[in-house]
Amino acid sequence: MSSTTATNSPTTVREPMLPSTYRVLRREQETADTVTLTLERDGEALAAACEPGQFNMLYAFGVGEVPISVSAASDVGEPLVHTIRSVGKTSAALARLKPGQSLGVRGPFGNVWPLDDYEGHDIVVIAGGIGLAPLRPVVRRVLERRASFGHLVVLYGARHPSELLYLEELERWRASPDTTLGITVDRTTGVEWMGPVGIVPRLLARARFDPIETGLFLCGPEVMIEPCVREALTRKLPLEQVHVSLERNMHCAIGLCGHCQFGPHFICRDGPVFAYPDVESLLRVREL
Amino acid sequence: MIQDLEPVVRAHPFFDGLPDELVKFLTGCARNVRFDAGQMIFRQGDPADEFFLLRAGRVSLETHDPARGPLVVHTLEPGEVLGWSWLFPPYRCYWSARAVERARALAMDARCLRRKFEERPELGYAMMLRVGRVLSDRLHSARLQMLDVFHDGDK
Amino acid sequence: MWIADVEFLEALVAGLRQRGFRVVAPVERDDAIVYDEIRSAQELPRGVGDEQGPGRYRLVERGDSARFGFSVGPHTWKRFLFPARTTLFSATLEDEQLRFEPAVLPEQRYAFLGVRACELRAIALQDRVLIGSGHADAHYAALRAAAFLIAVQCGQAASTCFCASAGDGPRATDGFDLALTELLDAGEPRYLVEVGTDRGREVLESLPHADASEADRGAARAASEAAARQMRELPAESLHGVLASVREHARWDDVAERCLGCGNCTLVCPTCFCSKIEDSSELSAKRAERVRSWDSCFSFEYSHLHGGDVRTSTRSRYRQWLTHKLDTWHDQFGSSGCVGCGRCIAWCPVGIDLTEEVRVLCDKDAAAAAPVEGDV
Repeated sequence: MSSTTATNSPTTVREPMLPSTYRVLRREQETADTVTLTLERDGEALAAACEPGQFNMLYAFGVGEVPISVSAASDVGEPLVHTIRSVGKTSAALARLKPGQSLGVRGPFGNVWPLDDYEGHDIVVIAGGIGLAPLRPVVRRVLERRASFGHLVVLYGARHPSELLYLEELERWRASPDTTLGITVDRTTGVEWMGPVGIVPRLLARARFDPIETGLFLCGPEVMIEPCVREALTRKLPLEQVHVSLERNMHCAIGLCGHCQFGPHFICRDGPVFAYPDVESLLRVREL
Repeated sequence: MIQDLEPVVRAHPFFDGLPDELVKFLTGCARNVRFDAGQMIFRQGDPADEFFLLRAGRVSLETHDPARGPLVVHTLEPGEVLGWSWLFPPYRCYWSARAVERARALAMDARCLRRKFEERPELGYAMMLRVGRVLSDRLHSARLQMLDVFHDGDK
Repeated sequence: MWIADVEFLEALVAGLRQRGFRVVAPVERDDAIVYDEIRSAQELPRGVGDEQGPGRYRLVERGDSARFGFSVGPHTWKRFLFPARTTLFSATLEDEQLRFEPAVLPEQRYAFLGVRACELRAIALQDRVLIGSGHADAHYAALRAAAFLIAVQCGQAASTCFCASAGDGPRATDGFDLALTELLDAGEPRYLVEVGTDRGREVLESLPHADASEADRGAARAASEAAARQMRELPAESLHGVLASVREHARWDDVAERCLGCGNCTLVCPTCFCSKIEDSSELSAKRAERVRSWDSCFSFEYSHLHGGDVRTSTRSRYRQWLTHKLDTWHDQFGSSGCVGCGRCIAWCPVGIDLTEEVRVLCDKDAAAAAPVEGDV
C-alpha cells in the first residue's frame, strides 16, 4: 500500500485546505445575533453545488474558519446561502461581513438529508434554534416537489419569539398546501407572542403524519434528541426513519484532523446526518 | 341552554379508554364554559375549585412580573387539561390561566370529582393515571425549558 | 539477499547524499537516541543500547560495536513526513480583494536510515490516513513520495516492545527500499541486505556487496527470533469492537487517577495524526496565514464546541485516545492504529502501560463487576 500510494506525483494532489474567495452579495439580519449571507464566487470559477444537509467551511480573514450548514440548496454556479449565528469570534466576524466584502469558502462537505428515500411519504421536520437553517433546504425541496411527498409537518422551537428565523418564509410555509407548521418558544411575555409556549416534542405528539410512511429529520441541540425520539416512539414511528444532524469540533472537514470524531465516525465525513439507530448508543455515552 | 354533556365529555381525549359507565358517572360534575380572548380563567391564589378540559382555543399558564408583564411558562392546546391544584389541599391556584384566544372547555366541579373518586376508587385510579401522565409530561417539558438549550453561545 | 561489511554504511550515506537525499538516522543526543540528519555513518551511535520500561528510558553500553543496538526512542519519522508545524497558505486582503497563496510544497528528499518494522508499519498507517482516505494531504504526500526508506531489522526487543502481537513485527517484509540486518560477530558488524524496490536495487548495485551465505541468512533469522521474544503483548490480535463495548468500565476512572493528561503518548506515537488549524493575521491586518500543527486529544480545546468542551474529564480523554487507537481505527481505516512500538509506555511520565490497561479492560470478569454510570 505504502509504496504504490507514495509514488503518486505530489503535484497532482489538490490542496484541500485552500479556500476559494467569495464575496457577500446580500446580507439579511434575521435576529439580533443571526444573519443570512448570500455568497457569490469571485473570479471565473463556478461555485460547487450544495445539497440540503451539507456544510461549507467559512473563513473570516485572519480570524478563523468554522463549519456552517447551507441554509439553501444551490446548483453549480449559483450563490451559496448560509445562516450564521454569532457564537464565537469567527462566527461573529463572519456575521459582521457586509455586502461586497470577501471571505474564504471550502466545500461543500458532508452528507445530505436522505429526502429521496422518502418519496411518497409524509415528511416531519423538527428544528431547534439555529437548527432550522440546515433544515430549511429540506422544507423548500419538499414544497418544490410537492406532488412527490405526502403531508409536510414543520415543527420549530426557539428560545424566544425574537429569536425566530425566516419569519416571512415561515408564514409562506404555513399557507402552503398540505403543510402543518408548529412553532413553540421556551419563554415569552404574553404580549408579544400568541403562539404555543413549551418544548418542540409536544408539537410532535399532536402532529398529523402516518408513522409507517414518514421520514423524520431532526436538527437542534443534542439535548433535544431524546425527548423527540421518545415522542416518535410514542407515535410508533420506526426509529430507522429518524435522521439527526450532529455537531462536534471541526478543523479540517476532510477527516484528517481528528477533532470531530464521534465514536467510529468522523462527523465531517460520515455525517453530519446520521440515521438515529447508527448513533443511538453513542449518544448515551457522556463525553464521547 | 340545557344540553346533554355526556357525549361532549366522552369526546374529550383525556377520557379516552374510560368505560362509558364511568364517563356517565362523571358527567354530573361537568359544565360547559367559554372564554373570550384575553379573559382570565383563574388567577394565582384563587380557590382551585374546578378542573378544565380544553376543547377549543389556546390557554396560557402564566405569572406576572410588575416590570416585565405577563410571563408565560406554558400553553395548552385543545384536548389538553388545565389545573390539578384542585386535587390537593390547600386547593389554591399556583399559576394564572388566560385564554390567549377564544376558548371552550368543560369545567368540572372539584368537590364533586373528589367525592366521586372516593366513592368509586377504580374511577379515582383511572383519573390519577391520566393526571399522572400529564404531570410527568409537564415536568419533563419544564425541565427542558429550564435548561435553555437554544442559548448555546460561548459563555 | 546480500551481505556487506560495515563500510557499506558509509558508502550508503555518501551515495544517498550524492543523489540529493538528506539522510536522517539515529544519533545519540541528550541521553537518548533521536533522529537527525547525518553526513557520515561515523555519526551513528556505536555500541549503544537502551533499557526501557514503563516511564523509564536510559542508554547503556553494550560492550560491542553495534550501530543499531537499541530499540526505538522518543522520536518518530512523522516529525519529518508530517512536521509538527506546517504553513498551509497565506492570504492577503487589500481593497476588499481577498487572495490565497498556497504554501510551496516541501521539496526535501529524505532518506531514513534505521527504520524499524513497527515504524514502517506506522508510516503505512499514516499513508492510509493522510493519503489514502479521500482527501490527500499534499504536504505529506510530497514528502512521502520522495522518501527513501532503509529498514533495520531488530535484533533485540525493549521491555516495552509488543510489535509481535500488535502488528506484523518484528521482521519487516515490505514497505522499505532496502532493509539491513545487523550481524554482530566479533569486531565490526556486517549487514545482511534485502531489496524492497527497484529504487533500492539501484542504490544497492552502486555499493560494495556480495551474495549472502546460508549461514548469514540463518544468523539474520536468529536475530529476528530473538527480537520476537517480547515481554509485553496485547490480549487479542484485533480489539475491534472490544474497547468500544466497555466505555463505562471502572478502569477508565482508575487510569484517570494516574494519567496526567500531558499528551506525551500522542506526541511520541508514530501514528497519531491529529492536527489543529490556526489562522492568524499580521498586525497590519493585510496579510494572514494558516498553520497546521500537531494536536492531541488530551488537550481541552481539542473537543471544544461553542458552549464548552465535550471531553472535560481525563477519563474521557484517555478513553478517546486508547479506544480510537485500538478499536475505532478499524472502523475508520481498516486496521488497528497501534504498531506495538511501546513508546507511549516508556515516555509516559507516570508509567501507564497500554498493554496492561487493555488487559484489564478486556477482562470479562472485571467488566461484569464494574459499576455503570448511575441513572440520573
